[in-house]
Amino acid sequence: METMIKKKIKEVKKGDQSAYEDIVSFYQNKVYHICYRMIGNSYEAEDLAQEAFIRAYTNLSSFDERRKFSTWLYRIATNLTIDRIRKKKPDYYLDAEVKGTEGLDMYSQLAAEQALPEEEVESLELQSYIHREILALPPKYRSVIVLRYLDELALQEISDVLDIPIGTVKTRIHRGREALRKRLRHV
Amino acid sequence: MKCNKEAVMLMHKYLDGELDRDEERRLRDHLQACPSCQNHFHELKRSITLIKNTGPVAAPEGFTSNVMANLPKERKRKNYAKMLQRHPILTSAAIFFILMFSGIFSAWNQDHQVTVSKQENLIIQSNTVIVPEDVTVNGDLVVRNGDLKVEGKIDGDITLINGDFVTDDPENELANGENYQAYASGEVHEVNQVFEWMWYNTKKFVSDIFSTDSD
Repeated sequence: METMIKKKIKEVKKGDQSAYEDIVSFYQNKVYHICYRMIGNSYEAEDLAQEAFIRAYTNLSSFDERRKFSTWLYRIATNLTIDRIRKKKPDYYLDAEVKGTEGLDMYSQLAAEQALPEEEVESLELQSYIHREILALPPKYRSVIVLRYLDELALQEISDVLDIPIGTVKTRIHRGREALRKRLRHV
Repeated sequence: MKCNKEAVMLMHKYLDGELDRDEERRLRDHLQACPSCQNHFHELKRSITLIKNTGPVAAPEGFTSNVMANLPKERKRKNYAKMLQRHPILTSAAIFFILMFSGIFSAWNQDHQVTVSKQENLIIQSNTVIVPEDVTVNGDLVVRNGDLKVEGKIDGDITLINGDFVTDDPENELANGENYQAYASGEVHEVNQVFEWMWYNTKKFVSDIFSTDSD
């Protein structure tokens, strides 16, 4: 797979824009996933993932082909997302909990398009609960936890993506795990 | 073993997949003996399983085509700096020609003095080189920035740079090289334009290289 991607990158560098389409469709889910888990809502995640691919395209000439493309791409995506989180003003999202209620978000105010089977509702509720717990982590723990457990990157790769020493990666993962343990112990 | 520090540290090392055999044994022994650490360890593993179970999220439909539609337009303009980097031989050849032609060009512009190749018995009168009637020039004759008037004979090639052939007889208009041929036994060149001048220099340069070989 790496060799196919390398070949496509060479083609894009030579000026064949259409070769980039295969690269995007190969990595779209991974990149979108990272953005979604870190930023927390699908609208912004799509926007960020798109931006990441466009930036990767315009800066492709600075990509060192001896290195792993995915690492470079994830780095662009995580940097963009972390920037967005920092700049983000408190805002209202459908995902956000409605004040004065417990566990009710704005989605619950919308009419459900179709009735879901009970089990599915349960698993969806649990998933969205955990999703929110991940989002409740401070961004620096959130990014390592997302990369480690949702994208299953190796520690070294996380250190490359985030450009932080591997020791720092380990510390953040440990703290992130402890934080999640406390939040999820009652589930 | 202290529960709070060392055991927890070992748990995380285990979760990072970095325990050696000795540490693994120590952790296992401790966990068997300490229910609170066992619980801690269990909670850690469980939260990881829970996170992993949130499952992958697929990009929305049409994501790829959206990205493609928003890419900047294809770069038609070639990056010249890159091209130069990629073809060093071509680059050096281009630089060589630029320097050579600019050198020749500036020589054409600067040099306005009448010069004539070293020949005896020639008369130079105000920008006109005269070959007297009774003189036969042996060898090639080069006149630069001046006219040439031939009354005698030239036994060789004539090269006129930035000058004309003149004659006393106005009716016998000498317009082209064929007419000069009457006076010279060799070839006649007339160079009056910059480009001709460059061409002349290039030819001379090439023939100099090859003639030194044959000499």
